[in-house]
Amino acid sequence: MSQNEERILMGNEAIGRGLVECGCEFIAAYPGTPSSEILSSAVKFVRETGVKTHLEWSVNEKVAYEAALACAYTGKRAAVAMKQVGLNVAADPFMRSAYLGTKGGFVLVAADDPGPHSSQTEQDSRFFALFANIPVFDPASPAEAKDMVKQAFALSEKYEIPVMLRPTTRVCHARQNVPCGRPEVLNRPPRFEKDPGRWIATPQFLPDLHRQLNEKMDRIAGEDALGPRAFRGDGSQPRRCVIASGVAFAHAYDLLADMGLLGRIDLFQVILPHPLHKGFIEEIRAGYDAILVVEETYPVIETQLINERVTGRRSGHIPNRGELTQDVVLSVLDKFLNRTPDPATRTAPEKGKRPSLCAGCPHRAAYWAIKTTFPGGIFPSDIGCYTLAMNFGAIDTCHCMGACISQAEGFYFAYADEKNPPAIVVSIGDSTFFHAGIPGLINAVLHRARFILVILDNATTAMTGNQPVPHLGITADGSPGRAVLIPDLLKACGVSFIRECDPYDMEALSRHLKEADRHCRSAEGGVAVVVTKHPCLLDHGARGNQAEFAMAVSEDCSGCRQCLEEFECPALVFNDETGSVEIDGTICVGCGVCVAVCPLGAIIAREK
Amino acid sequence: MKQQIIVSGLGGQGVVFATRLLAHAAMETGHPVLTSENHGMAMRGGTIISHVKIGAFHSPLIRQGHADIGLFLNRENLGIHGGMMKDTGTLFVNTPFPGAYRHCDATGLAMSAGAVVVANLVLLGFAVRTGGFFCTAGQLEDVIQRISPPKQLNLNLKGFRLGLEAQRSF
Repeated sequence: MSQNEERILMGNEAIGRGLVECGCEFIAAYPGTPSSEILSSAVKFVRETGVKTHLEWSVNEKVAYEAALACAYTGKRAAVAMKQVGLNVAADPFMRSAYLGTKGGFVLVAADDPGPHSSQTEQDSRFFALFANIPVFDPASPAEAKDMVKQAFALSEKYEIPVMLRPTTRVCHARQNVPCGRPEVLNRPPRFEKDPGRWIATPQFLPDLHRQLNEKMDRIAGEDALGPRAFRGDGSQPRRCVIASGVAFAHAYDLLADMGLLGRIDLFQVILPHPLHKGFIEEIRAGYDAILVVEETYPVIETQLINERVTGRRSGHIPNRGELTQDVVLSVLDKFLNRTPDPATRTAPEKGKRPSLCAGCPHRAAYWAIKTTFPGGIFPSDIGCYTLAMNFGAIDTCHCMGACISQAEGFYFAYADEKNPPAIVVSIGDSTFFHAGIPGLINAVLHRARFILVILDNATTAMTGNQPVPHLGITADGSPGRAVLIPDLLKACGVSFIRECDPYDMEALSRHLKEADRHCRSAEGGVAVVVTKHPCLLDHGARGNQAEFAMAVSEDCSGCRQCLEEFECPALVFNDETGSVEIDGTICVGCGVCVAVCPLGAIIAREK
Repeated sequence: MKQQIIVSGLGGQGVVFATRLLAHAAMETGHPVLTSENHGMAMRGGTIISHVKIGAFHSPLIRQGHADIGLFLNRENLGIHGGMMKDTGTLFVNTPFPGAYRHCDATGLAMSAGAVVVANLVLLGFAVRTGGFFCTAGQLEDVIQRISPPKQLNLNLKGFRLGLEAQRSF
């Protein structure tokens, strides 16, 4: 493909393309919806254009942030991409980086998830930018996101400050025709200039760095080129305006056009929600009596306007939670403009089918063994596909990356003095374990906590699109790294009980779990670890490497639904006419695991 | 020219691929295009929907009651996403059962072609044949040729052509 053309790009691809076109030489990320495709597309574009860029799936967002930032200290351009809660993990280096700044351009992409669709909160990263006091761009479309990457690098280099780009799910996962150009080749030699007062910045240096930061931000707030984009009305709606940013602007624009009000009422698109342009704040204060602010997800622009005539989330005119869909924005605009809502009252839609673990997923087998081995146990778990085990009652908690191991320690000490404490069985995926599980494990071992830790090793980061994990020794672009093995790590963390097995063999897994429980309760017991190893079936070639049985349900099925409710394989479906379960051959992968689940032995596996 | 299309189905049915095909076809035929799709947890077999907006739009989402065309890979989704359709909109549904829509047993035809995964292409072929789309069947077929993974190409074309044939006999 040639390099000067229009292409259909997803928002995340447009951002990845923007980073590559800007001559960015270091891009680090940890996968998380809705941000995951940023790095994988950068890999694709680096390969296609032949530029030289270090690309990595870091172990977690904090590591990604620190590594990329240090590269920018040398004058090169660097970037880091994560989902919004990933920035919680990277908050420590992030906050300080505002004071110390950067040399080469440094762009942080934090993807928010209003709704939320696939996250544990719907927090607004723009508030994080306000908290750290750095600039943040808020794109309304994929094409705009790509342009803003360029603006963000330029701004970052002009003021030596980290700059955030904050897309939301509806930008990340939108597709659009986007112009693409050739990558800039900067060829900057690395020049790390020692400056202890800045790069070490002990407390004595910080008041001055803080002063410098405030001055930079004050100047950025006066940059007219970054001020809101105005779509002026014809004066027929005097002293009334709508201010919007991000995809909420896109919704408001289309809705006002549908109402025939575009070009009649003043509409502003905020490009940089923080710092809000100083002249704009003044213009709004002096020029308008009725002001509506539409933004996701928290009132960042609204808060900075400091104006009692502003209506928005704080005033209660806009719901203070949830995604701003077009239908929500429509009802807000109707109210603000005193319009009579369209009479089209539609019946509320039915609830959709919830997601579940795939047919043949090795996690399902592991959970069946855990659940049936320890009825009455406490099951802390974590973030990944396996969170879907809540559908069939196999997990009890999910908090944030890596939390389940620390939670198990907390549960252990809460129950430690009880006569007959319950089994505590933790489950965590391999990628999540590397990300943030290891410190919790060291802490639990040190404090002599006793619980069973099951590491669900499917050799991938499945939920976010099968990114590689550290124990495979493969890096983001497929080139070899040095593998870091889980059993080695466990031993180094002080774990003495380690077993490995294939979770498809649920009898063997159950035996290991019982042995682990005896270890936990023995005089010298501690944390016992069982690693269940079976590749994710979405990974290339995984299905071809396992036996495939022809599955059937015999007439012995009583329709008790145990397999549906307690196991929830999507290939097992209830036939209302026959009152019994049958196999959906279009979904079944023939793993044969469900044979053990039916109390009547009605599920049959035959050799193919 | 403005056209709003929804593609509704379950994670794994190829909703996103059908969306990409339509987006590329829009670009090839010189239209601005915006789509919106589901990724992440929702993809694990749950109910999903894509929005495809052809023409001068800013918002990637389609409002309730504003879709011109609905492609339903799963008939049960009618109760969930049916409200997205205009009263005058056209519904294409993957089902052997007739109803207040144009239907085609895309899953059955896809299985006869050798893989249930191309039901999305069967339904797309069936729908585009009506002529109510922003692009022609030939233009869509060109896109299939161009963006299908090489291993999948023949199967995709077979599925798409089965859909076209099914419409002819409709």
